[in-house]
Formats: sequence, C-alpha cells, structure tokens
Amino acid sequence: MRESKSVQGTLLATPAMLWMIGLLIVPLILIVVTSFGQRDPDGNVIYTFSLHNYIRLAGIKTNCGDGAAVCFDSLYLRILVRSVGLALATTLLTIVLGYPLAYYVARAPARRRNMLLFLILIPLWTNFVIRVYAWIRILRAFDLLYTPQAVLVGMVYEFIPFMILPMYTSLEKIDPSLYEAAADLGANSLRTFLKVTLPLSLPGVVAGTLLVFVPVMGTFVVSDILGGKQFELVGNLIQGQFLDARDPTFGSAASVILMGMTLIVMIIYTRKFGFGEEVAIT
Amino acid sequence: MAAIAVELRDVVKEFAEPEKKGEAFAAVNHVNLQINDGEFFSLLGPSGCGKTTSLRMIAGFELPTSGEVFIHGKAMGKTPPYQRPVNTVFQSYALFPHLTIFDNVAFGLQMKGVSQLEIKPRVQEALAMVRLPGYEKRKPKQLSGGQQQRVALARALVNRPEVLLLDEPLGALDLKLRKEMQLELKTLQREVGITFIYVTHDQEEALTMSDRIAVMNRGKLLQVGDSSGIYESPNCRFVADFIGDTNFITGKVHSRHGDTVSVELTSGVWVEAKSDQALNTGQSVTVAVRPEKMHIRSGTRLPNWFEGRVTNIVYIGTDTHYSVRLPGDQLVRVREQNDMPGYSRPLANEGDSVWVGFAVESARVLVE
Amino acid sequence: MSRRRSPWLTLSTILVYGFLYLPIVVLVVFAFNSSRQNVVFEGIVNRDACGPFYWFCRVFQNQDALDASVNTLKIALTSTVLSTLIGTMAALALQRHTFKLKLFAEASLYIPIVIPEIVMGIGILVLFNTVFRFVNTTFDLAPAQRLGLGLGTVIISHVAFSVPFVTLTVRTRLHSFDRAVEEAAADLGANAWTTFRRITLPLIMPGVLAGAMLAFTLSLDDFIITFFTNGPGSTTLPIYVYGLLRRTVTPEVNALSTMWILVVLAALVVSNRVQRRVA
Repeated sequence: MRESKSVQGTLLATPAMLWMIGLLIVPLILIVVTSFGQRDPDGNVIYTFSLHNYIRLAGIKTNCGDGAAVCFDSLYLRILVRSVGLALATTLLTIVLGYPLAYYVARAPARRRNMLLFLILIPLWTNFVIRVYAWIRILRAFDLLYTPQAVLVGMVYEFIPFMILPMYTSLEKIDPSLYEAAADLGANSLRTFLKVTLPLSLPGVVAGTLLVFVPVMGTFVVSDILGGKQFELVGNLIQGQFLDARDPTFGSAASVILMGMTLIVMIIYTRKFGFGEEVAIT
Repeated sequence: MAAIAVELRDVVKEFAEPEKKGEAFAAVNHVNLQINDGEFFSLLGPSGCGKTTSLRMIAGFELPTSGEVFIHGKAMGKTPPYQRPVNTVFQSYALFPHLTIFDNVAFGLQMKGVSQLEIKPRVQEALAMVRLPGYEKRKPKQLSGGQQQRVALARALVNRPEVLLLDEPLGALDLKLRKEMQLELKTLQREVGITFIYVTHDQEEALTMSDRIAVMNRGKLLQVGDSSGIYESPNCRFVADFIGDTNFITGKVHSRHGDTVSVELTSGVWVEAKSDQALNTGQSVTVAVRPEKMHIRSGTRLPNWFEGRVTNIVYIGTDTHYSVRLPGDQLVRVREQNDMPGYSRPLANEGDSVWVGFAVESARVLVE
Repeated sequence: MSRRRSPWLTLSTILVYGFLYLPIVVLVVFAFNSSRQNVVFEGIVNRDACGPFYWFCRVFQNQDALDASVNTLKIALTSTVLSTLIGTMAALALQRHTFKLKLFAEASLYIPIVIPEIVMGIGILVLFNTVFRFVNTTFDLAPAQRLGLGLGTVIISHVAFSVPFVTLTVRTRLHSFDRAVEEAAADLGANAWTTFRRITLPLIMPGVLAGAMLAFTLSLDDFIITFFTNGPGSTTLPIYVYGLLRRTVTPEVNALSTMWILVVLAALVVSNRVQRRVA
C-alpha cells in the first residue's frame, strides 16, 4: 500500500489520539500515581510516594491484634489467585464448548452461515446485566446460586461469543481444498483435524483467549450477582474501594496489580502462540 | 492390450440446485470411459462441463449418484479418498500453509505409516524430481507460483499412486511458465510411467500433452480419441468448434456414395464431404472445414470450389487470414501459409472476387 | 462437499446454542409471571386492562425505567456518531499516511483490548474527579455551575473504548481497497475531496457501517465504564437494572428487557437491510 507523507495524516489521527491519550494513557498514569498515594479521612487522595497499599495487598500487616509486630493475612492474595484461576477456567471452558460450534458454523453452507453467526450475536445485544440477571432463576432451580460454579457458568455464558467469533474467523479462512488434500494423502477425519484444522485455527483460539481472559479478569458484575458476597474477585475488590470503602489509593494499587497480572499472563501466552492476528477482524 | 487403470461405468452425478428447490442438475450425465494404464489422459471441456466433477469422483471427493467408478478393476463404491490408490494435484495446489515443504511432501507417507528413515530419502527424491532440492525448510508462502505447483506435484507423486489426478494444475501460471511446465509434466509422466488424468479447459494444452483426450460438454462425454483424431475428425459440431478454428457451412443432405456425402447448401451450390454417420436425405447438416484446409485460387471449376468476395485480410507473419463471403451470405475464413520463397504478397486484395475451396477429404458432415 | 458431519458435532452445537438462548427464554417467560416477587413462576399474570401484558404496561408508568431507556439511547447514538467519525479518520490516517508518532498511535489503539475494562473505568473516574475538583475550586464555581459526572462524561468515555474498534473495522475494509479507482477518479478530473466523497467513502461505507454497529452495540451493552462515569441524570438501563437487583426485582424488569430485545432485534433487521443495500 502506498503511503503519503503529509500533515493530512497527522490531522486525521489527531482526534483519536486526543481521546486515547486523554482517556486511556493519562488515566492509566493517574492510577499508577494514585496507587502510591494515601487517603485522608475525607476520602480524598494525598499524593505521596508510599508502598503501603502494595504491602497491604501482599497481606503484610503492622497492627496485628495479638501484639505481634508483623503478621500475614492471605485475604487479598487469595482474591488474586481466585481471579486468575477463574479467568483460566472460563477461557478453557469457552474454548472447549465454543470450538465445535465455531467449526460447525464455519463448515455450514454459506447461505446458512450468516444466520448461524447472527444467532450467536443476538444474546450480546440484550445487555450484560440483564443476561446475568436472567441466570439467577436458572441457577436457583439447580440449587447453584451463590456458588463458585454459578460464577463460572455466568462468565462462560457472558464471554463465549467472544471466543467463538475469532475461532470461526480462522476456521472459515481455511481453504476447503486443504481438507481434501489431507484426505487425498491418506488422512482420515481425526488425523485431518489434528494435523490441518487445529494448527490452522490456532490464531483464532489465541485471539479468542485475549478477548475472554482480559475482560473476565476485570469484571465484577457476574460475581456480584451470581456469587454473592462470598466469591470476591479483584474486580469486586477494586469496585468496593472506589465506592463503598472509599479508598481510591488502595483500589488503584489493586488495579495496577490486576493490569500487571493480566499483561504477564498474556505475554507468556502470546510468546508461546503468537499474537492473535484475528483480533483485527473481530 | 493395455490394462485398464480407471473406468467410469454409466456414471451420473446430480447436484441439488439451491435456487430451484428440489430440482437436481446433472453435472455428469451417464458417462462411460476407460482409461488405460500408463496413459496421459486429458478431460477437456469448457467450465461447468463436468470434467472436474468426474475427476473428483475418481478421487473420492464426490460419490456418483448412480453408476460406478473402478480403479484397476476394483469398484470404489463409497471408499473414502484416503483409502483410494490415487493422489490429486489441486488447482489451487492446496499446500498446507502451516507446514514446511518437507512436511507437506512427507504428509502422505506419514499417513501411510512409512518409517521416518524411509520418508527422508523419498521426500528428497521427489523434490529432486520436480527440480526443487534444498527447499525442504521453506514454507509454501515463500515460494513462487510455479514452485508451489511443483511441490504439489511432488507431494502427490511421492506416494507412488496408481493414478495421478491433475485438476487444471497449470491454470494459475503465466503463459511462458505454463508452456515449460507442459513439457516437463509430459516428460515426468513418461519417466514415472504412472497414469495421469489431466483436467483442462485449454484445448492446446490437451493436444500438446495427451495420449488420448476426452471432450466433455454439459455433463456428457462427446468424443474420445488421440490428438489428431479429435482434431481431424471431430464427431460433432461442439468438438469441431471447441478444438481449433472451424468453418461451418450449413445445408441439407442430397445423396451419398459410401462415406462421401453430397450436401446442398442454402445458396443452391453443392459440396462433397466425408461422414461415417447414418444420414437421411434432406436432413439438415453442417459441413465443417478447418481454415488451413481451405485455399484461395484465382480461377477454377473443380467440385467444392466457389466464387466469393474477400472482405478482410489479416497478415500475421507465418500465415495470412482471409475472410471470404460466399454466395448465400456465408462467411468463411481461409488460412494460407506464407511459405513462398521471398517476400510474401497477399494472394488477393480486399474486395477482390476469388475462388475458395477444399478437398473432399478435408470436410466432414456433422449432424446438428 | 458431500461429506457428512458427525452427529456429535451437531449435537454439541445444538447444546451450546441452547445454552446461549436458555436465559433469554427464561427472561421472557418470567415477564408474564403473576408473582410480584418473581422467584418462581406462578402462572400467567392477568390484571387490569393489560391482562397478560400487565408488567409491560407498568413499565410505561415507571418514570425511572423510561428515563434510563432514553439515556441509554442518547448515549449510544451520540457516542456512535462521534466514535465512527473519529475512528474512520484514524483508520484513513493509519492506512494511508505516514506521520510522526504513527507507531505510538497504532499501539495506543490496542490498549482497550489488553487492559481490563475496570482499570479503564476507574482511571477515567479518577481523571474526571481530579480535573473537576481542580476546575471547581480554581474558578470557585457556584454549586449549580460545578462540573460533575453526567451524560457528558459517559459519552466521552464510551467514545474512548469504541474508537479503536471502529478503526480496526474500517482498516480491514481499507486494506482490500484498490487505490487504482481513486487514481481513475483523479484521472477523470475529480479533485481530492470529490474523489473522497464520490468514490472512497461509498466504497468503505460497509466497513464504516459495521464499525458504527459495533460502537452502538458496545455502548448499549456497556456496564463497567458507565458504572464509574455516570452521575445524576445519566443512569442507563444496565445501571438501572443493576440498582434494582439489590432490592426487589419485579417482573417489570423482565418486561422492560423483553421490550428491549424486541427493539434491538427490529433495529438489527433494519440495519442489516440498509447495510446490504449499501454493500
């Protein structure tokens, strides 16, 4: 593609850049700065450089009840581990449940494909909170409401379309003559799947993982509504600090940790499988 | 007599047409065909004639609606592609984009469970055969179209199939490369001695490479024969028209002596032509004559010679093409070779009245 | 292809589709529940003049629900128009021009994909609070004039997370764009602006519309960012429903949601028609 060097490009990109800098980059910097600050009794932020929020997150306490100088409380660490675990479990389940469907749609006759895709998207247009709300009754009927399983079901439900769509995109891109070539060279359906279909659809799985893992790590609605107060995630912790407990500095520190954990998991993952090129299509 | 490698016995393939619900369309319509062992056999016809569908039924990608496909005498029935002793070179090559050239070529052998020890020399041998040694570690995307085509060929041949199926394998290449590959394929086929079934819509390609050619149109097999047989004695108007250039002159059967038929043209003139088909007096027929078998003279009154007017002259180096309007408003093309010593002058000028004609043996009577 | 699919594949596909629609069916069925508590289904409601549609009628008497619906639409429409405009401009810039900081611009557009939404939400909240407090104290504004969270902050935030998705969608369209047609237009005497208006824009329109659809969907569906940036008078539907969940939830919420599904479906069918005509 030819590109022209001009002020035109800068002018066209300026509004988007203003938005990205003003509402994404500056806020992120603000969070990092705030996380080192302290809260005054009115709930306002005093900007200092203090690591006490991070020490608190790590569970190291100085004013312990039993008179010891330092003691350890794993409350926040458990929340972090629980969040990562839930995000991983959700990602895995969406792959396992979504792959056959994505494959089915990708191999359906072209006329029916759009309809089948549309059917995946319709629930998305009904609004996040309402969808979670609808699950209350179903989970209650199965006696699962306010359990960890309920949160997992809710998460899988909310995010499975974001796994299916990129997987579909890369499955659909596979030239059908490759399946025929594999069959022609002596591969039965199972071996064709393992040696041709699966490796060629991996970019879609990677992209889907990106689109599922990241939001699951940072959501608090599902656990709030379906998990009750027992199943607290990082998202709930952060939300609480900004609204109920009113300690934005501690909430910011938790956000920095959340961001860090998400990035680390994603970097390890994409190093192994490559950055999902399908993100661009979805 | 050579053994028969592939036989289609009364094969029909119907596809449901999505636009017209329930109505089936016969892509291949009662085809009977025998292909000999070691033969370079071409299926030739325009797009949609059923040649690719026929090939896909031999490969096993499609199953016949009725009839049977035999490979070396064995009825294929519903045998899946991966259990048939044939391999295919796909039109789009269908190389696995995620595998290296080596792994692409080794794929079939791995599926057969050939030992790793044996795979390596065989892959190398196959790549050497298509003149691509040293490309093992590349990915298909890093190769040019012609190279990809060779890999596809190696990937199929390495399995030593009983029959190699080629679905317009040169279609995506430019003209020069195509010509090179045509000769190369033909040489390769002689060397390996495997039966090649070659699908193409390019008549020149089919004539160049094939031992025998089957011409198809609208799902029907029209004529099977060697290159000269198909060219010199087409058995119907479609074959005559599809392969090479032909003048068609229409008229009615007047009388017959042996294989020589007298035809009365619409202009009232008579011509004589050859036919081995049964004809009735008064039947509407077409007389087909190749332009290079027609000639221009300045004056003669032999049979099959008529007076006409030159309407157009095109000089193209080796030959000169003349368009001549005959009585009854029939337009014919005449191709004269410029093989006279020295500078070739045209035999006539535009607007000149000339005599054009042909030998009785050069013309064939075709039933509409 | 005449290849037959395995029955297991078909079965698992049907089950997953069932999973996707189960809550929606339950949601709609409970909109007709005669029990006000709406915990178990106690039969079809039949009250007042509305009969089985009693809860639907109630929605229209509920000012909060109506306000939330109007707010949701206002926010979605405004942020869609803005983000489509900004995102399309950015796509043109990135796909066709080189300029300073281009790499930075490309990278920054991926931020919303790799950063959890809640982090963006609280970041924007902290930003607005900081800026507003600074402005309000510096200029010593009267209480009525003070800046605060509201429709404006929600819209600005929605634009922030929608722009990258619009840009990505339009760029994929631009990627397959044959620039020879623009040269042909120039050759035939069209100036840059005419070429853009008559040739480029119509050709990338399907991509622009798809991006707009995406932005609209994201805005309608958004909860987290809205949760942190909304203020008095900017309660959206998801926020309203979330608030209700802490109290008693009557079948009114189900009725409201059912009507939303119908409206959204109707809008989708219409936009699908429009898109098909444009494409």
